Amino acid sequence: MNMGVGIYNVLCLAVPFSVAILVAALGENFNQRAGVFNLGCDGIMCMGAFLGFMLPYSVKTGALAPYGNLLGLACAMAVGAAFGLLFALVTVTFRASQGIAGIGLQMLGWGLSGTLFRHFVGGVTGVEGIASMPIPGLSKIPFLGGVLFSHNPLAYVAFLLVPASWFLLYKTPWGLKVRAVGTHPRAADTMGIRVDRTRYQALMLGGAMAGLAGAYLSLCQAKMFSDDLVAGRGFIAVALVYFGRWSPLGILGGALLFSIAQSFQLSMQVWGIKFPYEFAVMLPYVLVIVVLALARKARQLGPTDLGKPYNREMRF
Amino acid sequence: MTAVPEPISDLQLEGITKRCPGVLACDGISLQVRRGEVLALVGENGAGKTTLMNIIMGLYRPDSGSIRVNGEEVHFRAPGDAYARGIGMVHQHFMLVPNMTVAENLALGLKNLHHFLRLDLKGAAQKIREVSERYELPVNPDAYIWQLSVGEQQRVELVKTLCLGARLLILDEPTSALTPQETDDLIERLQRMASELAIIFISHKLNEVKALSDRVSILRHGAVVFNGQTANHEPAELAALMTGHEVTLPRNEGSGLQGEPLLTVKKLCVRGDRGNLALDGLDLELREGEVLGLAGVSGNGQRELADALAGLRPVESGEIRFNGRDLANRSPREIIDAGMGYVPEDRQTEGIVPSFSIKDNLILKDFAAKQFSRWSFLARKAIDRNAEVLKEQFDIRCPGTSTAAGSLSGGNIQKVILAREISRGPKALVAVYPTRGIDMGAQEFIHSQLLERRREGIGIVLISEELEEVMNLSDRIAVIYKGRILKVLPAVEATRERLGILMAGLVDPDPPPAADAPSIPAAGAAHE
Repeated sequence: MNMGVGIYNVLCLAVPFSVAILVAALGENFNQRAGVFNLGCDGIMCMGAFLGFMLPYSVKTGALAPYGNLLGLACAMAVGAAFGLLFALVTVTFRASQGIAGIGLQMLGWGLSGTLFRHFVGGVTGVEGIASMPIPGLSKIPFLGGVLFSHNPLAYVAFLLVPASWFLLYKTPWGLKVRAVGTHPRAADTMGIRVDRTRYQALMLGGAMAGLAGAYLSLCQAKMFSDDLVAGRGFIAVALVYFGRWSPLGILGGALLFSIAQSFQLSMQVWGIKFPYEFAVMLPYVLVIVVLALARKARQLGPTDLGKPYNREMRF
Repeated sequence: MTAVPEPISDLQLEGITKRCPGVLACDGISLQVRRGEVLALVGENGAGKTTLMNIIMGLYRPDSGSIRVNGEEVHFRAPGDAYARGIGMVHQHFMLVPNMTVAENLALGLKNLHHFLRLDLKGAAQKIREVSERYELPVNPDAYIWQLSVGEQQRVELVKTLCLGARLLILDEPTSALTPQETDDLIERLQRMASELAIIFISHKLNEVKALSDRVSILRHGAVVFNGQTANHEPAELAALMTGHEVTLPRNEGSGLQGEPLLTVKKLCVRGDRGNLALDGLDLELREGEVLGLAGVSGNGQRELADALAGLRPVESGEIRFNGRDLANRSPREIIDAGMGYVPEDRQTEGIVPSFSIKDNLILKDFAAKQFSRWSFLARKAIDRNAEVLKEQFDIRCPGTSTAAGSLSGGNIQKVILAREISRGPKALVAVYPTRGIDMGAQEFIHSQLLERRREGIGIVLISEELEEVMNLSDRIAVIYKGRILKVLPAVEATRERLGILMAGLVDPDPPPAADAPSIPAAGAAHE
């Protein structure tokens, strides 16, 4: 087996693997920057995956068939935003504990998507999904062309979301507000920023991105839906935000590291290396835990009020 | 900038009344401030000062009464309305986002810098430079807040408030977190700014009030009890009006009853939070029945020394000999049992468990002692009795001893801590900033308690930034600088000036300067 070809295969596989967790983590970053961590990200991804699949599946034969995929993506984002809104209502307005509410949302999304799927669809059925779109010219570059420019359209969108969300956070008034309400909401309040409204907006945006991430899994990667399609990727996304220290670039790094490990362990099985595959499957997860544990704890630049509800009437 | 109808030149409050659940927080308060004037608003904790200011800023609505700006009646619904009329407030706890730059913090409030998908940070920086030049408040717009010292952050708050268009400044206890040097510096700057602005200065430190304000109004139980020109009244007189009775802070009369050495610290080295050697070969000796004042600018190793003495921080090298035993690197339990009492710097989080009741906080160190526990169960009756006795003895003002300790005022929390530490009958007591942010009445009580323990033969290490406090209570004063004791001198030889020079790390100017040396605020002139 040629070493170069091995690396090439691993990298080509890693890029599509990274898309879903990258998009979900960039969305979760907005939540956390605004001071709310949403453990329900995984449940929202389930709902997004289900709707992303369901829409093109149900309009397959109708007049809307050509727009099925777009409808799927739009509905996945809409339901994600709606779940974000629900989460905001519970944690921002009613100030419920974010951890517990997040676990509740995860179970709701996971259970609801599975139930609806069994009710409306039942068995294993595929959809055409969104096909890969190699970029003309660029995809012909040796090595890089295959690794970077021969993917699904949503993969390109995901990578463009990295600079876009950096710009949104650091260069726009809205990003300034988000960072302020996540770190010192009382200061933001005295400066005339509506803390609750900003947190609602951030949670809805984060939810929409988690929904999109889910739809990528069903529409682009698996081209089908099942209960265990998301498989805890939402939790990986939450971990990636800590891993990347609330910076879009850091999150990208984490997402790539995780997905390279993922595709490496798959390749290992393909190459027939004698290694118990159960352990190989654990590899990416173990890697995330190890890096999280060893990473320098620099909360200086992160949202220091993460997880705390804001109440104007509360004294210090 | 928000359009200001005309610069604010006059603010008038008339008959402001605000009822909060159970108390009359403001009871028909009338006040007036004009441009070019500093009004000091003085009162004990809970007198209604902050409530009144929140009413002016539009955070609370008054039940009755009116607010007039330049003679025209106004109704503010949010801080933004107050800013639009040129009124701004610097809160006691800074309202700055630490992981953002100075310019970003200002841009939060300046809505005209918010464009679609573009934030005009250059405009914010420009504005900051203009204001900081005009009012001589040097501030770097690109610095992150977390990189700045407390004094610099205070300056940023002032600049921010001015940039937002405020020409009447409300300063809520602006010096409570500052070192003496920073305080002097701030007061000097405010004096220079006062001619163009109107300032309401809230404080209970009367020497600052005296140094800065033109007029003074005293609040007690929500009502104005006194209005007058500051120059015509002595601090002692104001203190009496503030508390409702004569306040004379007790002094150590120095009977010279010092006994055997009790605590000997030798060549102590301790690391600070950042891994630096915060104590670098510190020597100190405390005798029975003396108060040893430790004076110094905060951050010179006081915190680390207190932590090491209480067993809360590992000792790198050196020894802490207490009553014949070396207590360096012993557990807090062993140190407590050896008879060391400790009044920590951060009374809210280190001194008490805020959510526990007062009575439980009073036995935090003795819950396992015979008198409070029977076969590993808490002896509730004994605990209740203990609390009732201490409540009387230490004048802890609370609804009942089952109240959560965290809901008490700072002064009363400190009394709970002091009651716990003293009632255990310690041989020595380490008191760190025991009266920081505490009003005169409670301060008087705490000082007299400390002096009484001294007479009983307890040795007390008093760590404080308030020179007045150190000089009033101590038998000897040790000046700490960069982790070492620079000099130990008898309290009778100490003057503010001499201590100030030593605290700055300069050579001691023996002999002490003449008694008629310039007084308090002038010390700030030494900086910049």
